[in-house]
Amino acid sequence: MHPFNYYAPETIEEATEILKKYGDRAKCLAGGTDVLVQARGEKFELDAIVDVKKIPQLTKLEWTDSHLIIGAATPCHVLYEDPKVCEVFPGIIDSAFLIGGIQIQSRASLGGNLCNASPSADAICSLIVHETTCEIAGPKGTREIPVEDMCTGPGKNALESGEFLVSLKMPLKKGKFSASYERFIPRNEMDIAVAAVASSLELSNGKVSSCRVALAAVGPTPIFAKEASELLVGKEPTDENIKKVSEKAKDIASPIADMRGTVEHRKDLIEVLTRRTISKALERVGG
Amino acid sequence: MAENKVKKVAVNTKINGEEMDILVDPYVSLLETLREVVGITGTKEGCNDGNCGACTVNLDGRIVDSCLVLGVEVEGKNIETVEGMATPDGLHPLQQAFLEEAALQCGICTPGFLVSAKALLDNEPDPSEERIRHWLAGNLCRCTGYDKIVKAVSKASKESK
Ligand SMILES: Cc1cc2nc3c(=O)[nH]c(=O)nc-3n(C[C@H](O)[C@H](O)[C@H](O)COP(=O)(O)OP(=O)(O)OC[C@H]3O[C@@H](n4cnc5c(N)ncnc54)[C@H](O)[C@@H]3O)c2cc1C
Ligand code: FES
Ligand code: FES
Repeated sequence: MHPFNYYAPETIEEATEILKKYGDRAKCLAGGTDVLVQARGEKFELDAIVDVKKIPQLTKLEWTDSHLIIGAATPCHVLYEDPKVCEVFPGIIDSAFLIGGIQIQSRASLGGNLCNASPSADAICSLIVHETTCEIAGPKGTREIPVEDMCTGPGKNALESGEFLVSLKMPLKKGKFSASYERFIPRNEMDIAVAAVASSLELSNGKVSSCRVALAAVGPTPIFAKEASELLVGKEPTDENIKKVSEKAKDIASPIADMRGTVEHRKDLIEVLTRRTISKALERVGG
Repeated sequence: MAENKVKKVAVNTKINGEEMDILVDPYVSLLETLREVVGITGTKEGCNDGNCGACTVNLDGRIVDSCLVLGVEVEGKNIETVEGMATPDGLHPLQQAFLEEAALQCGICTPGFLVSAKALLDNEPDPSEERIRHWLAGNLCRCTGYDKIVKAVSKASKESK
């Protein structure tokens, strides 16, 4: 491995300085479960690694009146061991519980999963259907972007030089809301999704007032299937209506064929998983 | 690109109850630090990329793959490795059960399984078989087969009650 220096800044300003100074010769370190593997695999050379876990905002879990704010470097186990997060953000929990085994979950963060921007990443679709906003800090101050705009290509994200992700902000829904995430893998644990879907919906007076569907491993980035989601809004969540959403999601999926699945297989999986995750979200809201 | 100058970093940490000061290169893993700097070699390297769990250690009460932690990250932390399991009075019940159930062949995976299983039993004294299998999914064994390992963990949990 190319020798790099280690920095563990305690403030956002300090972290920004170091990241700016090193430019693309530096990377953030959250749980390290992607970045250390990649650095060792000599996918890139680093002169500095910036451990962001000592910055208080990066590991906090804060409930406000309107949002849950998750520090970008908070490890998965903190989320699924928190009963309130489990109750309010079931889609996020489905993802956090699926990423790697227990050892990986001790370290892996949602922020790392997102910034790593793998098309098959298990947390990104759940973040999308929970309407997450990314809080970003950088040399020019702070800014926010919707999570669906974060991934720009395989392994590429929207962060500019010197910028890093501070936290993930998810709205607390007033109505009957739930979500679900499911992936298809050939094994039971510890594998990469062949296709995966997250869905969320909100019900009021028996009708769907909002819906989001997001697809993983069927495009260069996780996909917010907006046109599919919209088909359910204002409608009753009947089998027939859900079927229309699933078929649209299948259309939107644009997978490649590789050793883990053909195009057709992946598209079929998207249809099935969309149906299943919407049904599961519905079951969870008690609709 | 000019050569990147890196300096060794002084790290104060506690390993199996013993506080120590060590000097580590900032890019070196905790696994390598334990084996090459501290000189305790119970923790094994299998894959060096987070897949096999042979390098599992307990870091502040949670199991981690030490190949995916930097040595410099353990400043002020508490590390437990397989070397910390047996006491002068004898083997840990898990180690005893692994022997009795023949839950190892080549033994490369064993320290990782022991450290993982201990973390489970420390928090959940009587896990179901399903729970044990799920907990150990991050530990791979290429020779013994998982049934014997799961049986040994189950036996140790019953015996320590
Ligand atoms: C054995 C194994 C199994 C795995 N299984 C799964 C799985 O089932 N599903 C899955 O989706 N993934 C899986 N992964 C991949 C990985 O664990 C996840 O993507 C994880 O969420 C990454 O989080 P991290 O905190 O470890 O990120 P890191 O490795 O610390 O960082 C990942 C990337 O994001 C950048 N980064 C991190 N934090 C920030 C920040 N705050 N701001 C800007 N950039 C940042 C880093 O520089 C790096 O480029 C697995 C990995 C391993 C080794
Ligand atoms: S050596 Fe660390 S997980 Fe295999
Ligand atoms: S005993 Fe050889 S790998 Fe498990």
